[in-house]
Amino acid sequence: MAKREQWGTRSGFILAAVGSAIGLGNIWRFPYMAYDNGGGAFLIPYFFALLTAGIPIIILEFGVGHKYRGSAPMTFFNIFGKWEWLGWWQALVSFVISVYYVVVISWALNYAILALDLGWGASPEKFFFNEFLQLSNGPMDLGGIVWPVFAAAIAMWAVTWIVLFSGVKKGIELANKIFMPLLFLLLLIMLVRAVTLDGAAQGIDWLFRPDFSAIADYQVWTAAYGQIFFTLSVCFAIMITYSSYLPAKSDINNNGMMTAFINCGFSLLAGIMVFGVLGHMAAKQDVALHEIVTQGVGMAFVTIPEAVNLLPAPEFFGFLFFLSLVFAGLSSMISISEACCSSLIDKFGWDRKPVTSLFCLVGFMLSLIFMTRGGLFILDITDHFINNFGIVFAGLVEVILLSWFFKLDTVRQYANSLSDFAIGTWWNFCLKVITPVVLGYMAVANLVGDIRENYEGYDGSALVMFGWCVVVGIVLLSFVLQSMKSAWPQKTR
Amino acid sequence: MSSGSIVMMIIGLAVTWGGAAVCIANALKKRSL
Repeated sequence: MAKREQWGTRSGFILAAVGSAIGLGNIWRFPYMAYDNGGGAFLIPYFFALLTAGIPIIILEFGVGHKYRGSAPMTFFNIFGKWEWLGWWQALVSFVISVYYVVVISWALNYAILALDLGWGASPEKFFFNEFLQLSNGPMDLGGIVWPVFAAAIAMWAVTWIVLFSGVKKGIELANKIFMPLLFLLLLIMLVRAVTLDGAAQGIDWLFRPDFSAIADYQVWTAAYGQIFFTLSVCFAIMITYSSYLPAKSDINNNGMMTAFINCGFSLLAGIMVFGVLGHMAAKQDVALHEIVTQGVGMAFVTIPEAVNLLPAPEFFGFLFFLSLVFAGLSSMISISEACCSSLIDKFGWDRKPVTSLFCLVGFMLSLIFMTRGGLFILDITDHFINNFGIVFAGLVEVILLSWFFKLDTVRQYANSLSDFAIGTWWNFCLKVITPVVLGYMAVANLVGDIRENYEGYDGSALVMFGWCVVVGIVLLSFVLQSMKSAWPQKTR
Repeated sequence: MSSGSIVMMIIGLAVTWGGAAVCIANALKKRSL
């Protein structure tokens, strides 16, 4: 087998790992989650979850990826031959996400251009759903392709392809060395603008005002653990892959903590920026903040344009905001795509260039469905299912297998032998007990919830087609891929 | 802003960026960044 690619510098790896972790959710999910779950008091369960689940899992994934030197399928094979399917499950989760995530980034790119003349007009909500997405009646009514989204998606797939094609050092590392500093610069500029707006202080006050009674609510703790879990890009093959490209002498523990802290720090700054802008909007419109605050796609493509319309130099701020979504999204897109490509390269011994080319071509073709007029509905369904039954379940299986059926302490000792900060046996306890309990609860709650009631009231056939079939299909495909002949050495250790 | 909000915001930024700063400083000390 060809020598494994390596990062050029440690900072390149950190920027790539941070780039993977920092995504759209840091900007449009965390602020709302904090606001809705006790404000400043949310930071208590959030940091507890960071220390007992987020950092332990990220160190686990960095550790096994580095020790076993492979993408997720190869790493799990090297740990125990019959576990390869888990790596494939995670890589396939990444593949499914890449196919629709690119479309959301395409929306952001379109909006960055629209921002230059506030093209969304005076009614951003009507514009987004009716004119931009041209939303159809439902997920089974595809309608035609939305051509501006199609054009932007081609560009995003092209960038992804160029980066992956160029390799770890000259592609992924270089791209993140450009995107990440730019993203932080954009955030800083927007932050300074946001906090100096009239009404910003009230908005930020709403974000951080602590309601300590929320700490007694178990759902707030679930929300905190869920937020930490999803924000760190763990348990879907990325961090294992990225750390497999590290040189032999790498400080695993410090890298893991650095990635986690920077990611969460970015979320906090993004929250201050978003709520500063929303506070200004509330003051200008003389409404209560709770009437306008929201999350997700609605926040980014409806509420923020509404807020931007009210700002001084709105075109500038709007452009910066949506450009920051593009950078945050692209760096994550690159990582999830690499997790898949690396799996194929390791498994079949194929060269990077044809694998990445084929991956981007197939991915582009599959993402066409999300570029249709019914695309938002399908995206919503697929995203819900892949997150709740792909990432959460695969994460639960990973943590249980590695904690209870493997010598977990060998990973801790391995990581400690390379690191300045040694992690104690609390790490074992977190992975053996705390994380499985929390993930197990989330998994069961999600399953019961979705069996009892159709997600968002969608038609059952749509949920079966775009949800259940996808999550079950990738599990089955994982076993098929495991059964295929591997190009990697049968025993590397 | 209320004092509670200010305190929680500072705690949040201190934990995250303080933690990151410690990690980065450690890496720089080893000149391995």
